[in-house]
Parts: sequence; structure tokens; C-alpha cells
Amino acid sequence: MFPDAAPLLAVDGLVKRFGGFRALDVLSLRLDAGEILGLVGPNGSGKTTCINVISGLYRPDGGDIHFDGRSIGGWPSHRLVHAGINRTFQVPRPFLTLTVRENVQVALAYGRRGDGVADVDALLLSLDLDAFADRPAKELNSAQQKMLDLARALATRPRLLLIDELAAGLNAAELERVAVKLKDLARSGIALLVVEHLMGFIDQITDRIIVMNAGKEIFEGRLAEAAANPQVVEVFFGAEHAA
Amino acid sequence: MARHLLLILLPVVAAFAILPSVYTNHLMLFNFIIFMTLAQGLNVIYGFTGYLPFGYVGFFGAGSYGFSLMVIHLQAPPFVALLIGAAAAVALALLLTPLLRLSGVYFSIANLAAALAVLQVVSNPNLEEITKGPYGISLRGVFNPTLSYGTAVAVLAATLALVIYLRNSHFGMALKAIREDPISAGMAGINVVRERVVAWLLSALIAGLAGGVFAWYVSVFYPETVFSVEFSVFAIVFVLFGGNATVIGPILGVVILYGIYNAVGISTPQYFQLIYGVLIMGLVLFLPNGLVSLLQRWGIDVP
Repeated sequence: MFPDAAPLLAVDGLVKRFGGFRALDVLSLRLDAGEILGLVGPNGSGKTTCINVISGLYRPDGGDIHFDGRSIGGWPSHRLVHAGINRTFQVPRPFLTLTVRENVQVALAYGRRGDGVADVDALLLSLDLDAFADRPAKELNSAQQKMLDLARALATRPRLLLIDELAAGLNAAELERVAVKLKDLARSGIALLVVEHLMGFIDQITDRIIVMNAGKEIFEGRLAEAAANPQVVEVFFGAEHAA
Repeated sequence: MARHLLLILLPVVAAFAILPSVYTNHLMLFNFIIFMTLAQGLNVIYGFTGYLPFGYVGFFGAGSYGFSLMVIHLQAPPFVALLIGAAAAVALALLLTPLLRLSGVYFSIANLAAALAVLQVVSNPNLEEITKGPYGISLRGVFNPTLSYGTAVAVLAATLALVIYLRNSHFGMALKAIREDPISAGMAGINVVRERVVAWLLSALIAGLAGGVFAWYVSVFYPETVFSVEFSVFAIVFVLFGGNATVIGPILGVVILYGIYNAVGISTPQYFQLIYGVLIMGLVLFLPNGLVSLLQRWGIDVP
């Protein structure tokens, strides 16, 4: 690739306020196609808000978001989906009374970009949901509902996937499968922004991380380097631990 | 979908077409048609999108008055007047689209208030020149029970066809997705605001057509008749009883409950009210998704 080509996602000086609280305080980041960027930080540092603004749930109060060269800040979600952005939710949000298959079908019908072959069954199979295809989504357990969130997102063929704590609550075997799956998606060219608290998982899948605190970036680089950064250590463990 | 048209729409329409020749109480048959149409129209907005409009009767009344004023002031032929009546209902729904920002009971109450406001405007004595105020409407010139009955059957058929389409199409699935979770629906690529408004307008269109054809058939009525909250309440109860977001749920609701109403409600209203009250309480407590949910519980896909 060309090192100076425009990134797929460019966030510049993003600000999001809730009343007087600045949940995002001039945040900037870059993400290329096929790259996995980890977003870590303590609770309330603005990670989920960042995903919510990029996916259109909140309008930004300042700054720019460029996706594939277009300014997309403030677009409604469905338009972002059609442009190639999708996400999963920290607490999964399937359509509970619809069947698992319908959950994916509706995203195929309304959100799919391009006109390639749409294979619901293959998608469900790849996420171990095939056995429940004709059951209502409310019968799935929490881990399965997370996979259904991912299935719905993938049905729209995203180029940028925002993953909000997909790994939390999964067992070791499920974690391994999800890690492999996400790495496969990145290899296929999808850019992934992953918010996660499980550092082992982050270490396994990401190329690069951004550490956030109070809506700001305090570190960017590899996870191993972050552990040696005094500011990061202070945020996570308190000032007395920082060298 | 073709199967549903054949097995549900056709028998219902055929029954209402044939019954007048073997049963003499045509007004009762006509009321069955009107309530079945209203229940299905409410099903479109409540069953598929989750909004419960207590003021649904407002669109019915708008249709009635739209029809009547066209006939009275412009001597419009009934079918033209019917279209204008439906347009009046849709225009009222457009005016009320901001209500869709509210949810749950707030939406229901605001919608009820809107319907009452329209009633107050229509029945205002100062507007007697235009609306005949509280003194009511008389449409002797276009009175035609046979043709208006047939038109009501046609409106019901079109309404059933729409609900069957919703039950079997991606559009209906998208509406249910919005009902379940509007944020997730956005992430499925659905334009939540637009699809919701389309369902809202379709639902108002159905009530407007029903109101217009009702005015035509009865041809003499007061504002309180066509803006009676009883229309909303009955339609809601029929849908709740039968089962929302299905085609046959509201049909069952109307046949059974309106049947009971006509059997015992008119002769011995005290028993009727007891039966109705117990039935509604029991349903809301034990069967919130209506009769058809008994079948759905067994894994049967109810059309």
C-alpha cells in the first residue's frame, strides 16, 4: 500500500459534550483498510461514545469525521451503513421477537451494499448460529446475541466495523474463535476499531492501540509499549504506581 | 403471500359479499366490515411499529367529514369524495407526524388529544356554514346502501391485502425491526424515520377510507358519532384480543368480540360489560399477544 494514501477513517478533533461534560475532548485517530485498532481506557473515558458518534447515534459537537474521503459527521445511521460502516453493541441489541434468520435478512434487504450473492445460512454457520436460525432471537444466550449483532453488521458488508466489547463475557474457547474471526475479517480488507477491556484479547488481535482517558488520547502505539508508559500506568493503576 | 390472499382475503371478502342476501341486518354486517377495516388499519401502526394511537378515530372522523363536506359543498360524486376524505385523513396524519417522536403512553395520549381537538373544531357552532357544527350531517342525495356496502367490502379487501403484504414482505419485517429496536434498525440500514412515517400514513389512509364509506352508508350522523373514542377503543381491543402483527389475529378479534357484543351487548348490556371486562383483564394479564400467541407458543407460524 502507499504509506501516504488517505486513511479509510480519519477522525480529527472530535468533540462530544453531554451538558457540561466533554465525553470526547478533541480526539483524533486514523484507521486504514485491513487494520485492527484497539481502543482502551478506563470506564467513562469515551471509548463507546467515540463508536456512537462514528456510527451516527450521536451528532458530533465539533471536529470532522472523514470516511473514504467523505465528511460523514452527523449522518444518520442508515446512511452510514450504506456508506460501509457498521458496529456491534456492548449490550447486544438484536430484534428480539424476530427469528435469527429474519434478523440477518432484514439487514441484507435494507443495508447490503453491492449486489453479490447473499447467503444467510453461510453467515449464520460462520458464527455458530445456524442451529437457531428459525428461533426468535430472544431465546439466544448473551454470547449468541453478540454473534447475532456481528452477523447483522456483516450482512451489510461493512468496510469499517466498530466492535464494542464483543469479548466481554465469552469463555476461553469462544474468545479464541472470535479472535480468529476478527483477524479473518481484517485480512479480507475490513478496518476494525475494537473497544475492549480484555488486554490479552487486545494483544492477540490488534496491530496498534490508542489509550484514552477523559475523552482524550494519552497514548498511541503497541500495547506492550503502553504498559511502560507512565501516564497510562497512572490512569489505570493510580499515581503511586507510575515510575 | 398468494396463499394468504387465497386462504384469508378471499373467504372474508366472499363472506361479506354473500351474507347480505341471507341475513337481513345489513347495518350490522356493515359495522363488522368497518370494525374489521379499522382493526387492520390499527394493526398496521400498532402491530408492526408498536405505536398505540388512542386517537385513531381522528382519521376515521376526518375521512367522514372530508367525504361529507365534498358532497355537501361541491356536490362531488361519492368516489371522488371518498378519495378526498382519505386525503384529509392522510393530511391530518402528516400534520401529526411530530407525535412519532413520543413513545409509549405519551404518544397514545397526545394522539387522543389531537383527535379530540379535531372533534372540537368540527363541532364548533361558529363553523356551521362549513361543517354544520354540532347539528350533524345529512347526505340524502348520495344515499346508496348497496353501492356503499360494496365499496366498504372493497376497502376491507384492499386493507387485508396490505396487511398480508406487510406480513410477508421485507417492508413489514423492517417495521417490526424498528418496533423492536430503532437503533439496531438503523444499523440494519433501515431509514427509521421514513419507514415509520410511511406506516403511519398508510394506517391513517385506511381509517380515512373507512370513515368516508361509513359517512356514505349511514348518511346521517353527528360529529360525536364519527369521532367517538369508542371506535379507537374497540379497534384496539379487537387487535389485542386476536393478536397483533398477524393477518388473522384482528379478524378473529372482530368476529369473536364484536360477535359477542351484538349477541349479548345490545339485549343485556350488563352481562356484556361483565364478559368484556373479564375478557380484557384476563387477556392483558395472561395472553398479552392475543389468541394467536397460543398457537405461536407451540411453534406454529400464524399468518
